[in-house]
Amino acid sequence: MIISDKTPVILVEGLTARFGDDVIFENVNFQVYRGEILVILGGSGCGKSTLLKHMIGLYRPAAGRVLVNGVDVNTDDDKELRRLRMGIGVLFQSGALFGSMTLAENLALPLQEYTDLSPADIELIVKMKLGLVQLAGYENHLPSEISGGMKKRAGLARAMALDPNVLFFDEPSAGLDPITSVELDNLINSINAGMGTTMVIVTHELESIFSIAHRVVILDKGARGIIAMGDPRDLQEHSQDPRVVNFFNRKPMH
Amino acid sequence: MSKTAPPQQDHTIRVAGEKGEVTLAVSGRLALENLNVVRTEIQGLLSQIAPARLAVDLAGVEYLDSAGALVLLEVEGAARARNIAFSFVNLTPEVQGILDLIDPAALSTPPLISEKTPALLEQVGEASLRIWRDLVQVMTFLGELLLALAYSLLHPRSVRWGEVFFYLKRAGVDGLPIVGLISLLLGLIIAFMSSLQLKQFGANIYVASLLAIAMVKELGPIMTAILVAGRSGSAFAAEIGTMVVNEEVDALVSMGFDPVRFLAVPKVLATVVAVPLLTLYADLFGILGGMIVGVVGLDLTVFTYISETQKSLDLFEIVSSLVKAGVFAVLIAGIGCQRGFQVRGGAQSVGAATTSAVVAAIFLIIVTDSAFAIVLHYIQ
Repeated sequence: MIISDKTPVILVEGLTARFGDDVIFENVNFQVYRGEILVILGGSGCGKSTLLKHMIGLYRPAAGRVLVNGVDVNTDDDKELRRLRMGIGVLFQSGALFGSMTLAENLALPLQEYTDLSPADIELIVKMKLGLVQLAGYENHLPSEISGGMKKRAGLARAMALDPNVLFFDEPSAGLDPITSVELDNLINSINAGMGTTMVIVTHELESIFSIAHRVVILDKGARGIIAMGDPRDLQEHSQDPRVVNFFNRKPMH
Repeated sequence: MSKTAPPQQDHTIRVAGEKGEVTLAVSGRLALENLNVVRTEIQGLLSQIAPARLAVDLAGVEYLDSAGALVLLEVEGAARARNIAFSFVNLTPEVQGILDLIDPAALSTPPLISEKTPALLEQVGEASLRIWRDLVQVMTFLGELLLALAYSLLHPRSVRWGEVFFYLKRAGVDGLPIVGLISLLLGLIIAFMSSLQLKQFGANIYVASLLAIAMVKELGPIMTAILVAGRSGSAFAAEIGTMVVNEEVDALVSMGFDPVRFLAVPKVLATVVAVPLLTLYADLFGILGGMIVGVVGLDLTVFTYISETQKSLDLFEIVSSLVKAGVFAVLIAGIGCQRGFQVRGGAQSVGAATTSAVVAAIFLIIVTDSAFAIVLHYIQ
C-alpha cells in the first residue's frame, strides 16, 4: 500500500456549487493523496453527490476549480480532456451499465475508444478485469440478467478497464444487502492495496467507512461546506464538534 | 483522431546469463499502451534463446498496470508450456500486489452463456412460436381491455375522468393542426389529379362526388388513424413501457389497482372519442381542399360543389365511417398500451415497444379496414 505517499492527485480549490440562487456549498478546499481512499460523508442533501459530479467534470463550478492528475476537469483542451478521461474511472450508483450490451461489450467500450488493441487482446483484458471483480465467465450476460451486487462489480470492472489511477464511487453500497456490501468493500480494499489506485468514495454508510476510509471529509448542509476532515476513528473519538459527534452517533443533526 | 501516442521506447529488456540459465531484466513502464510491443519483444527473445531456466528480473519496473501484469503472466504461462523453469525475481511490493490481484484461472474460464447462433430450422421454429405467443398475448389483452371498458361503462365513477380529458387533449386537440393540414393537401392533390382526367370528358362536376366518397369512406378514417397511431399509440407504449421499467406498474398491482383499468382505460376512452371527431374534421378539410381545386381550376361555384358533395353522400356512409374510426381507435390505443405492458428490461425494450406499437397498429388498421369494406358492401 502506498498510503504514506503525500503527492496530491486531486486538488479541490475554492470550489463553490450553486443551482440558481441556491448555494449547495461554498469555498471547499481539500486534497486527495496518491494511493489514498478518501470518503466524502454527510447527511442527505448536503451536496456529496454534487461535489463528486464536480470532481469528475460533469458539472461546471460556480467558482473555484478541481485538478485531477494536474488537469483542470473543466478544461476545454480536447487533448488534455482525453488524457484526464483515461486517468479516471467512475462507478455510478446503479452501475450504469448499458442495458443493450453484454458485460464484455460494456467493458470493451473504453478499450476500443482509447486504445489500438486487437480484438483478441481486448477480449483477454476483458476476461482479466471480469476475473478481478469475481465475475469470470459472465462476459455474455446482459446487465438485466445479473444481480444488483454483480452489476456494481461489473460497473467497477468497466471503470477500471483502462487502469485509471483514480477511481470515483457514488454510493457504492446503496441498495446492497450487508454481506454483498462488505464483499464490495473488500474488493475496493484489495484493488486499492494491489494497484495503489487513489479512490474517492461518496457514502453515508457508517459501517463501511471504518473498514475502507483512510481519511474522511464531512460535509454539512447548514455549514454549506466541510465541517471536519481526517482519520475517521480519530474524529469519532476526539472531535468536539457536536455535528460530527451526532453524525457518528447517528443522531439527527438539527 | 489517433488513439494512443506512438509507442515510445519507455521500457528496456536486457538479456543476461548463459545459454542454460537466462535472466530477462525488465525495466521502465509496462502498461496498456505498450502491451503489444513488450509482448512481441519478449516472445521474440524467448524463441531465439530457448533457455532451460528463465528468470524475469523486475527490479527496474517503474510503472506496472494490470495489462502489463497480464503480459508478465503470459510469459510465465508460455515458458511453463515449453518446460522452461520460470521465476520472477526482485519483486517490489507494488508489483507483487498487482500480480496477486490477477486471477489466471479467470482468463481461461469459458463464458457461462455461449454465443453460438442456433440452426436455421431452430430459428424459424422460435420465430413462429414468438409470433404465436404474441398473438395470444394481444388477444388476451384485448379481452382484458374490453372487460375493463365494460366495467367502466357500468361504473362510470371508477373511471379517472381527469386522465381521460388529459389524453383527449393530447390525442385529439393537439392533433388538429397536422390532421387538418394533411387532409387539406390530400384533398387538393386528389381533386387536381382526377380533374386532369375528368376534364377530358367534360365531367368536371364529378370531382366533387369522387372526392367526397373517397374522403368519407376510406381516406379520412385511414389517414386519421395512421396519424393518431404515430402520434399517440407510440406515446402510450413509451409511457407505459417506462412505467414498467421503473416498477411503477408493479407498485400499482401491489396497491391493488388493475393496471389495465388504471392506465389503459382512460387512454382508450379518450382515443375512442378523439379519433371519430378527428375523422369528421379530416373529411371536412379534404372536401375543402377539393373545393379549392373545383372553384379555382374547374370553374365550379361553391354552391354547386357543396350540393354535388351532399348528393353523393348519405347518412349511412358517414355513420359507418365514424364507427370504423371508433374501432380503429380501440385498436390503436389497445395495441399501444399492450406493447407498453410487454416491455421487459430497459431503455432498448421501450424503443422496440414503441416501434412495434405503431407498426402493429397500422397493420391492424389496414386489415380491419378491408374487413369493413366487405361487410359494409353486403349490409348496404
